[in-house]
Amino acid sequence: MNATVRQFRDFFVSLRLTVVLLGLSIILIFAATLDQVNLGVWAVQQKYFQTFFVLWKFGEVPVPIFPGGYFVGGLLFVNLIAAHVYRFKLTWRKAGIFLTHLGVILLLLGELFSGLMQEEYNMRIEEGETKNYAESYQFYELAITDTTDPKFDDVVVIPKELLEKGAAIQHPKLPFRVVPKAFFSNINLGRRSDEPTAPPSPATTGFGPNFVATPIAFNYKPDALNIPAAYVELAGPEGTLGTWLTVYIPPQMMTMPPQTFSTPDGHTWKIALRPQRAYKPYALTLLKFSHDVYAGTDIPKNFSSRIRLATPDGRDDHEVLIYMNNPLRYAGLTFFQSGYDGDHTTVLQVVRNPGWVLPYIACILMAVGLVVQFGIHLTGFFRKRRAAAVPAAA
Amino acid sequence: MKKFLPLLVLLAALAYVGMSLVPPHNTDDFDLVGFGRLPVLVNGRIKPLDTVARTSLLILQGRQRVADPTIPTPMVASPAEWLADVLFAPAKADAYPTFRISSTDSPELVSLMGLTDEQTKISYDNASSRMMAMADFLPKTRSRFSFNQLAPKIPELDKQYKLAQPVDAAVRTPFQKGVIQLYDSLVLYQRLQHSLVPPGEDDFLSRLLSLQKTLPAGVEAIRAKQAGQPYDEELAKQMLEVGNEFVLLDQYSYLRAVPPAADAKDQTAWSNTGSALLDGYGTGRLNPTALTYAAMAQTWRAHQADQFNHLVGLQRDDLQKRFAPQLAKSDAEARFNAAEPFYRSTILYAFAFFLAVISWLKWPETLGRCAFYLVLVAFLAATAGIATRMWLEGRPPVTNLYSSALFVGWGAVGLCLILEQIHRNGIGSAAAGMVGFITLIIAHMLSLSGDTLEMMRAVLDTNLWLATHVVVVTSGYASTFLAGFLALIYIFRGVFTRSLDKLTADTLTRMVYGIVCFATLCSLVGTVLGGIWADQSWGRFWGWDPKENGALIIVIWNAIILHARAGGMIKQRGLMCMAVFGNIVTSWSWFGVNMLGIGLHSYGFMDAAFWWLLVFVISQIVIIVLANLPLEKWRSFRSVATVRPAGTAAARV
Repeated sequence: MNATVRQFRDFFVSLRLTVVLLGLSIILIFAATLDQVNLGVWAVQQKYFQTFFVLWKFGEVPVPIFPGGYFVGGLLFVNLIAAHVYRFKLTWRKAGIFLTHLGVILLLLGELFSGLMQEEYNMRIEEGETKNYAESYQFYELAITDTTDPKFDDVVVIPKELLEKGAAIQHPKLPFRVVPKAFFSNINLGRRSDEPTAPPSPATTGFGPNFVATPIAFNYKPDALNIPAAYVELAGPEGTLGTWLTVYIPPQMMTMPPQTFSTPDGHTWKIALRPQRAYKPYALTLLKFSHDVYAGTDIPKNFSSRIRLATPDGRDDHEVLIYMNNPLRYAGLTFFQSGYDGDHTTVLQVVRNPGWVLPYIACILMAVGLVVQFGIHLTGFFRKRRAAAVPAAA
Repeated sequence: MKKFLPLLVLLAALAYVGMSLVPPHNTDDFDLVGFGRLPVLVNGRIKPLDTVARTSLLILQGRQRVADPTIPTPMVASPAEWLADVLFAPAKADAYPTFRISSTDSPELVSLMGLTDEQTKISYDNASSRMMAMADFLPKTRSRFSFNQLAPKIPELDKQYKLAQPVDAAVRTPFQKGVIQLYDSLVLYQRLQHSLVPPGEDDFLSRLLSLQKTLPAGVEAIRAKQAGQPYDEELAKQMLEVGNEFVLLDQYSYLRAVPPAADAKDQTAWSNTGSALLDGYGTGRLNPTALTYAAMAQTWRAHQADQFNHLVGLQRDDLQKRFAPQLAKSDAEARFNAAEPFYRSTILYAFAFFLAVISWLKWPETLGRCAFYLVLVAFLAATAGIATRMWLEGRPPVTNLYSSALFVGWGAVGLCLILEQIHRNGIGSAAAGMVGFITLIIAHMLSLSGDTLEMMRAVLDTNLWLATHVVVVTSGYASTFLAGFLALIYIFRGVFTRSLDKLTADTLTRMVYGIVCFATLCSLVGTVLGGIWADQSWGRFWGWDPKENGALIIVIWNAIILHARAGGMIKQRGLMCMAVFGNIVTSWSWFGVNMLGIGLHSYGFMDAAFWWLLVFVISQIVIIVLANLPLEKWRSFRSVATVRPAGTAAARV
């Protein structure tokens, strides 16, 4: 083995590297915790953990200033595997250490896995209502629905990213091009009658001209309300059909009138901005929502949703009770009781996390490993003491 | 004598704790102990009036004693007596100085409330007290004022409150915080006064009794009036007048003292006297519990002890029929309040610490045993206290920040007892005394924000996870702190005394290493269990939320210590410095993250706690710097270092 390779190997198997990386990870986590006040938990994950470098913007130029989660975690992972391969000896004395680190490897893999694969949606269902889709927390889409056939809706959805890009979109199902004019992640919505001096609206049709949409900074606070909006022009072969203002306000806050229009071919359409939807091959009906507080207080005691879960083919049709700490796991998804809205509306969180079982295994491995390891230490310590005590007594 | 000293100390400590088992007794003819044991529903929990009295006093004025600094004896004999005055004789209670306004926190608030220097200055009668005040042993200015003193300026306070209220809690000035705190205190006080009978009405009982007689006719008159038929105008007017009074009681009442009717659907829904009396308009019969309390008020004001005691007994007997288990718990809680096991532990821990420290200089065997016994008794008292709280609440030991402080201390002291039993060198006792004392003081500070036995919010309502994740992760805090405190002992003894010989230094090193191992186990398993709980509740294992991050940082820090030691990167002193830094890491996770203000409110103690946290962190950094003094500056190693070069000395000690 030549010197360079040995140096290389020594670097990757060294405990010094482990300590340095662990130290870096503490600084990274600490900084991310502090920054949550400004950015909120979602953006912090993107900026600090799901990245190779933490970037700092000097003016407009992003400069890497610190290794990110992928970098530190990845190196730690390599270090861990390399050290074990290099020093691996199957002895009892090392069994605990080996198990513990195997657990850590699984945990790191699990975290990477869920970081890449996890999807989080929510479902807001009123009593008696049936829903077969979940909605995203943070992504929006523009839905253009052909409502001509009263029995059937034909929907074309355009994700937020395309709206932000601004390039015109042509789709075989639409007899017009969709030209995104502007997308705002948060606006203040005011009535034009209240703000007569506001500049004229880019919108020419629908409710848009009656409102003033002022873009404001995105609010990262956990329970803040952000109102996304987009100006969208629809351009037919014979010329423009008009520019619409589309906004999404949660229905429990306020209902905006639906915006409909028709095209010369006799079709009627609806245009709306809404949270990204994930349709499911089954539907949930909220049968009963219950919610108790402790007598004389506002402290919630419990809340639970009695749900009917049914597939269109009738293969599955049963009732389940979802409550705190007792989710429903079905078809790779987990439905959690996450909140409520008034006395008759439940909010379920819908999560796909294919790696969910890894932490459980990791936890057992690490716990057993550490107990074994420290147990060996402890019995060694007591044996030595006893050995030392016997000659002293004699 | 020296031989029997440990035994004497043990007996004295046992006697001191045993004293708390003597039931509290009444100081005069009134059965205030019995009164304090009567259960009421507040904040969703059934608790004795004694608890209401104590927690209210803590919220209002930061202590349970009602006293004037210039008068040597307290103004009331017990918190229950103060509460009786607030509930039944408001005019008297209005004169007690029970509202804390600190001129050091916010001088503007003192002037807003129109308190002149004359009112705040304390002039002591005797010369010795004046001397004490000069030396700052006694306060020079008053910090507690009576309702009567504050009343004239309440309209001003109200204005300032409305200005301060919309400001985000995290950015409020001390004045704004003071305004809000005082306003809330006044609201609490006035709600307490409206809890059982209308304040300021001298003859509520006879009004109720005469209402009882005319009730059927009166209800008839109101019905007739509503139906537009002829009715007795005078009677209807009377009925509505009294009714309005009941409505007022119902709106402001703080206590739910009236148990639900036998046929009520929800047997946990106690009501207040106001709404119970209003129900009488439907049933035609006034609620007997409300009548009993009205009569109690009457007899309290008229100093009729026998009748008062009889009414307390009546109320108990009535509850005994259907609420015997609740009554038993509320009795036990009142006894628990009076016994103050944590207060007694605090005192014993302090003594234990001093004895253990002295034992390193003199009489190691004898004083070491004494310290050990003191720690043992204090630990038993704390254990009994925690066990009682668990039984009262029906929960695992840690349910909120307050109980986490109790448990951190308890766990660390438990480990210390094991260490001391193995090594018998006073180090375990000293660490136990220090950690036990500090954690109980922190717990006391946290108790100032109100009742420490709270109902659990829905998401936390799971004994499985409270018993596993929370207990294990709190044990992780406890052991990380303990390792840090043991390291402090190493550094202090090494730098400032000659008592750190090679044997002691090696022993301490083994102790710290062992505890760090234990801390790694607990914090790692506890954190991962927390992740699994989150997976069960919210569907995600890890969310990078501040509390999770804090726990993770503790795990990683402990892992760093173990790896650095395994790789030979640190020796004894390095291990000690890293363990001390563990104190900073743990205090950050325990309290620091709560101060970020992300979705969490900051209350009075938390603001003060921020500065204490800062002081603590700085002190630990100073100690780490101290530990890095060259070895020849360490008193214990000086002689060694002068003989040999410093480098080899480090390797050998």
